[in-house]
This record gives sequence, structure tokens and C-alpha cells, in this order.
Amino acid sequence: MGLFQTKRRNILPGFGLSMGYTVFYLSAIVIVPLSMIFFNTFPMGWDPFVHAVTAPRVLASYRLSFSTALFAALFDAVAGLLTAWVLVRYRFPGKQFLDALVDLPFALPTAVAGICFATLYSPVGWLGETLTKWNITIINSATGIVIALVFIGFPFVVRTIQPVLEEVEREIEEAAHCLGATRWQTFRKILLPHLFPALLTSSTLAFARGIGEYGSVIFIAGNLPMKTEIAPLMIMSKLDQFDYAGASAVALVLLLISFSMLLVLNGVQEWQQKEYR
Amino acid sequence: MLKQPTPETASLVHKRVSDPLPVQIFLIGLMLLFFIGFIFLPLGLVFAQAFQKGWSVYLESITESYAVEALKLTLTTVAIVVPLNAFFGVTAAWAITKFNFVGKAALKTLLDLPFAVSPVIAGLIFVLLVGSRIPFGSWLGEHGIKIIFSTPGIVIATLFVTFPFVVRELIPLMEAQGRDEEEAALTLGARGWQIFAKITLPNISWGLLYGMILCGARSIGEFGAVSVVSGHIRGQTNTVPLHVEILYSEYNFAASFAVASILVFLALLTVGLKVTMEKKFQKNSSHH
Amino acid sequence: MGIELQDITKKFGSYTAIDDISLNVASGELVALLGPSGCGKTTLLRIIAGLELPDAGKIILENKDTTNLPPRKKNVGFVFQHYALFRRMTVFENVAFGLTVLPHKERPSRTEIRDRVEHLLKMVQMEWALKRYPSQLSGGQRQRVALARALAVNPKVLLLDEPFSALDAKVRQELRRWLRKLHDEIHVTSIFVTHDQEEALELADRIVVINKGKIEQQGTPQEVYDHPANAFVYNFLGNVNVFHGRIHNGKVTLGSHRVDAPDELKHSEEKPSRTFVRPHEIGISRIRSSDTDLTGTIKEVRLMGGQIGLNLECEGFEHPIEAEIPRDLYINLQLSRGEKVFVSLNRVKVFTGDYAI
Repeated sequence: MGLFQTKRRNILPGFGLSMGYTVFYLSAIVIVPLSMIFFNTFPMGWDPFVHAVTAPRVLASYRLSFSTALFAALFDAVAGLLTAWVLVRYRFPGKQFLDALVDLPFALPTAVAGICFATLYSPVGWLGETLTKWNITIINSATGIVIALVFIGFPFVVRTIQPVLEEVEREIEEAAHCLGATRWQTFRKILLPHLFPALLTSSTLAFARGIGEYGSVIFIAGNLPMKTEIAPLMIMSKLDQFDYAGASAVALVLLLISFSMLLVLNGVQEWQQKEYR
Repeated sequence: MLKQPTPETASLVHKRVSDPLPVQIFLIGLMLLFFIGFIFLPLGLVFAQAFQKGWSVYLESITESYAVEALKLTLTTVAIVVPLNAFFGVTAAWAITKFNFVGKAALKTLLDLPFAVSPVIAGLIFVLLVGSRIPFGSWLGEHGIKIIFSTPGIVIATLFVTFPFVVRELIPLMEAQGRDEEEAALTLGARGWQIFAKITLPNISWGLLYGMILCGARSIGEFGAVSVVSGHIRGQTNTVPLHVEILYSEYNFAASFAVASILVFLALLTVGLKVTMEKKFQKNSSHH
Repeated sequence: MGIELQDITKKFGSYTAIDDISLNVASGELVALLGPSGCGKTTLLRIIAGLELPDAGKIILENKDTTNLPPRKKNVGFVFQHYALFRRMTVFENVAFGLTVLPHKERPSRTEIRDRVEHLLKMVQMEWALKRYPSQLSGGQRQRVALARALAVNPKVLLLDEPFSALDAKVRQELRRWLRKLHDEIHVTSIFVTHDQEEALELADRIVVINKGKIEQQGTPQEVYDHPANAFVYNFLGNVNVFHGRIHNGKVTLGSHRVDAPDELKHSEEKPSRTFVRPHEIGISRIRSSDTDLTGTIKEVRLMGGQIGLNLECEGFEHPIEAEIPRDLYINLQLSRGEKVFVSLNRVKVFTGDYAI
């Protein structure tokens, strides 16, 4: 049954053709271009590589990207669970409208989201004005970045949890009820464990997206070196200085981290599926 | 005869399994607060800013030649990217769902790869591809084919970013549908292309369209990757989101938000289409 | 000869699904492939249809070697377990499909197609559903449409893969009888796969019992039922009581009893034996009619429609014995739980050797 085994002829037609095109297109658009990161990083040698990716400014940008993405993912997990719960369980006017709008952050170009938040929270903006009076600054701060990332990650969580919540059998909850559990106990002991894999998967996705996000963040971040400069922006500024090797070194670290995160996630999912089947 | 539940008993049953009303109101309120802060305020802001200087400025901003050029470039990109990725999506989904082969799981993971890549990196790799010392890039350069800082660069970066959308919609759909119908067609004497055109394609048409809409929405809005490869040459390599950025950084907020309002409109359209499609989807899969 | 299979072998990885099977099916015959799930019967059917390729062996349909032909050139009709109707096509389009995909030269005219489809749908009693979609039909109706679709291309061979297993009991019975009648009318060489012994016994001209990729026995339903070749077949064809014992000097031990061994085993050397008795081949009476009768106590009475199931604890037997008697007899004898009765084993079948089930 091997990929290149000739003995077993396939019954349905078109395997060679479709597989060939798939591999070709995947290589041309994804694999070969992505490998450029490696080809551009390797020639620079180990020491310059370490030097490039451990420069204080770069380290600060990694730290910022990770911490803001993490906070945003956690916030999304809560807000997403809440939204999914309300949309699946309750009935109220306008529900379908809100349900549809969950996808807006996904459909809205990130740059538009970026300028919106930057304007909303600017010292003269709708929200910024009030917040400034209370001495809270959102713009040019990590909080601003978190807000933009919460927006970006939100649909991932809701859309992953919704179907899982929908297919939880009412009967399981009713059974828990009949056995004397309170609503809260049922939620904590029955529903939450059931939703946990989806919650973990989706917030990890939101986290991974958050680390790489660019368009929605740069407007509100202010991009102050060492303070509000995110990792993707580091790549951008290295590129602007034609430091290709440096840019790909920073990118390589970011890529390896995202990939290993997704690999771990895949592993967890497979393990989960085996456990419950 | 089975007794139909009366409204009273029905609501009793309903009450027992759902949350108390105060809890419901509290949670709905909390969610609304989130929606106001993160969805409604930004949306409202776009239109308020776009029209702050009146209709004429709005119209002027979106009909100005750079804006029109940007829109043309964006639409061109969408028109190239969506069909290419849709064709690929169908082909790859066919190969993956209709046959067994070693390495299927790995291939599926590779298809998702672009999701894990930051848009900026997506742009960077194409700059590296062409700018680097590898033979292919220099060959392109010598033959006068400019990829970076030109339309092809924007297209190819967008291809990368939107690569998984169609195929990701199709694989679960086609896996759920199985191979039975194709095999039945085979035993009835159909040829490969007949099976594809008459059986498979109609069965996946909604899923395909759905994936194409998502792919299209992303192509219109892609910013980071395009920003890296475009070079920001006004009237030539500026897509709509890039144009919004430039106007914004020039403190021309009214114009920036006016152009952005087009994107918002398109995003709302996408969301609307998505909902409609999902309803179609459910209808068509209800008996399965 | 309708279908000839010669030394078919099929492996999936290291697992042997079909282990060197040869089988002949006469033209016009209706054959059942009967076996437990995972025994390879569906794989064999798919191999005949060309939906799987054998690792070794030949498939000859109507005296033509079709081993390496693609399914579309084999001219077989295949009916799938879950119908596999084309969900985006109407019933008419489904049945017409096989004709509309023919190359231009061979394709019948539109009116011919229409006539043929209508004729077929009439035959399967679905002519009223021409314009319906599969989703609007019940399971039984879908399966009839699937059958009409398979017959539309005038197949040399009709293959049915557990055609009734997804239907509920009553529809299944109805459709089974109806299929037998249909086959008597059109006489197309047919093989159907089933794990339901009743279905095989009722429907087939001939039964082929398969286990672990090998044929255990083939023959008419009567032959297979009355003269099972081995313990597996006996066990698979219906409920049984099994008694483990030894055969020695022409006698078989049954619990603490000894009975005469069947003729063919009279002179067997001493070895372990297993004795099988079907529940309905056990006699129950109030009076002892022969020395070999056992005495037993009724432990449980189960109503099973026309039959009554009795769970008997018999003297000298470790495990309870299951018996089935007609309801009339049960009423006549005025039996009830806890009563003592005499039990006769009317037909026993003895197998020796370590046959694994």
C-alpha cells in the first residue's frame, strides 16, 4: 500500500495525477519557499546566529510576543467559552446576528482592525479619552497588543467549542442531574472535562496566531524598541536594513517554536482520541 | 397514541436542564459587553471616521486614482489566488480522501503548515527566494521576471497565506462522504472524469464554495505578507489594506477609514455569505 | 459457468483476508456468502466486482478472465450495504446513471433510457418515486432503487453486500422474500453477502460458509443445515448447546451420561469430543419414554413468539441446557417453573478434534 508501490493498482482513477499535482504545488508554494529560511540561516554560522537571535532587542521582542499572545489566548479561552455557551444554550432575540458576527475578526482585514483599535484607544478616541482620565494607557503598551490579539484569536475559540458543546448529549447532563449533581457541579465535572480538549486546541491556535500576528498589532503597539516591539516587527525592521540573514534567523526561531507547538498539539489530540474511543 | 407534550410540560423539561434566568441574563450581558468592546465599537468607529468630513470627502477618498488602483490590484490578486488554491484544494482532497497511502497524516499536517507561519515570515520567504543566491531566483532576475515589489510577488505571497483554506474545508467533508458513491459509479461503468464531474463535484460543491469564500476573504485582507513583498509603490504595488495603512500613517484618517469601510463592507458580506452557506450545508447533510 | 474464482488470495498488510479461495457459481444461481464479520466475505465480493484487486488468483465471469479488468468493464451490478445512492440525483437519474455514462455509440436514446428506467422501477415497485431524491426515501425504498440501478446496465452478475443489514427486522424480511421472487423472475447470477444465517437459509440456492478467509463448507441450505461439515458451521447456523466430553469405545460422554457415538465415529480412538444439540431438537415430556432420557428441572421460561424457551437444569450436567418447544406443547404439558421433566436429545452431532470456533 506504499506511496510508490507499483503492485497495488488503485481502483478509483486519478491517484498518480492528483497526488503528483498535490506534491508539486505544495512544494512550489510552501515547502521550497519555507526552506529558504534554513538556507539563509545556515550559511551565517552558529555564533553569528546566536548573536542575532539573542540580541537584547530581539529577546525583548520574543518575550513581548509570547507574553501578549499568552494573555490574549487565556482571555480568548474564557470569552470564547462564554460566547459559545450563550450562543448554544440560550435563546434570545438577535442571537443569530451575534453568532454570525463571531467570524468578523477572521473576515476583517487585520490592518483595518489595527487602525480601529489604535483610534479607539488613542488619547482622543472613544475609549481612550475616558481611560486617559483614569490614567490608563492602552495605546503604545503591551495591553494594547493584548487587545488586538484577543480580537484576532476570538473566532478560533468560539468556532471550535460550539460544535463540541452542541453535540454534548443532553442526556448526559440529565443523568448527572438525576444523580443529584447541581448545575455548577455538572458543568465542572461533566461539561468542562468534555470541552477541555477543544478549549486547549483552540486557545493554542489562538496563541500560535498571536505570536505571528502583525497587521492588527503594529498600529496600536507604537513599536518602541525594547518595549512594544513584537517579534514579527523585528523581522520587518531587519529586512528594511537588508539584513536578510538576521531576518531569517529571527524567523527561524519563531517558526521552530510555532511548529513544535502545533506538533505537541497534534500529539495531544491523537492521544485524546485514543483515550476516548 | 403518544401524548404530545403540552407547552407547560415542555417548558418544565426545558427549565430543568437550562440555567436559571438571572444566570442567563448575566452571561448574555457579559457576552454583549465583549461584543460591544470588540466588535460593535470598532465597526461603528470605521463608519464614523469615514464620514466625519462628509459624503463628498468619503466619495473622493474611495474614487481617488490610487484607491482605485489598489482595489484593482486586490481584485486581480483574488481572481488569481482563489481559483488556483481551489483547484489545488480539490485535487489534494481527492488524493487524500479517495486513496490509502503511507504518509497521509504527514501530508495533511504539511497542508496546514501555512497556518502556523507568521504573515511576515510568509512574505520574507519569497523575498529570500528571489533575493538569495539560489539558482532559481537569479534565473528569474536575469530574465527580467520581477517577482518582488510587483504583482507576482503579492500574488504568490497571498497564495501561500491562503493555501490551506479550501483543502481544509474539503477533506473532512469528503472523508465523511466516503468512497461508496464513487465505487458505485465505477461498477456502473463510469470513467474517471465522469465520476468526478457527476458524483464528486456536485457532492462537494457547497463545501468548495465555502472554502473559496474564506480563501477570498483572506486574500483581500492579507496585510503582513503582502506588506513585505510589495514595496509599497503607490498606484502599482499597493493593495487596499496597504493603501489604508499608508493613508493612516499620513494622518489622513478620514480617507484611511473611508477606504477601510470598503473592506469592512466586504468582511460583512463574507460573514453573511458564510452564514447562508452553513444553512445550505446543514440542509444537505441532514440526511447523512 | 457464471462465476469462477480460482485460488484467490488477498492480504491487507500482514493480515490475510482471503486465503486461497476457489469457488464456482452456476449461471442463474443465487449464492449466499455466509460468515461472521471480518471473515473476508465482503472482501471477496469486492474482488469479484473489481473494487479490490486480489494478490493472487483469477476471476472468470461468464467464461471470460476479468481478473485485471477495471470495474467499469466487468459488467457487474453491485448493491452496497448502505445503498450508495447518488445523493444529488433523483431516483430516475440514479437508475439511469449507468446508461448515461456509456460512450456515445453504445448509449441508448433518451426514450429508450426512460423506458428502461421506468420498467426497472416498476419491477422494484418504486415507479412512483421517479422525481424523489434519495433523502426522501426510507431505507428499504433506497435499497430497492439501488437494486434497480445495479440492474439497469444488464449486469452479467449481481453482487449484493449485506443488502438488508441496515434495515429494520420487518422490512428486512419483506425485502428478502421480494428479492427471492425477483431472482426467480430474472435469473441473473447473484452472490450476496450476509452474516445472518436465517437470511442465507431462506434466500439462497446455495450457501458458502466462510471463516477466517477460507471456505468451511458449501452446499444447499438443507445440506449445510442438516449436515454441517464441522463444529464452526454447526455453531454458526443457529443456537446450540455444546457439551464437552470424550469419545471412547463407541460411546460419548455427555455430562455424567454416556450415549452411543454416531456411526462414523464408532471406531474412533479415545479423544476429546464436543457434542452439539440444537435447542429445538430437544424433546420435553412428562413421562420417561426411553432409558437415555435425562431428568431436569425447569429453571426459566421465556416467551419467544411461537416458541417457548426453557432453561433446564439436568442431572449430571454442569451447565444448564437450552431447549425450545412449540407453544402448544408447552400449554398441553402445563409446564411451569420449578417442575421436573424428562428431556430427550433427539439429534446430537458429535465433533472431535480441537476445532476452534
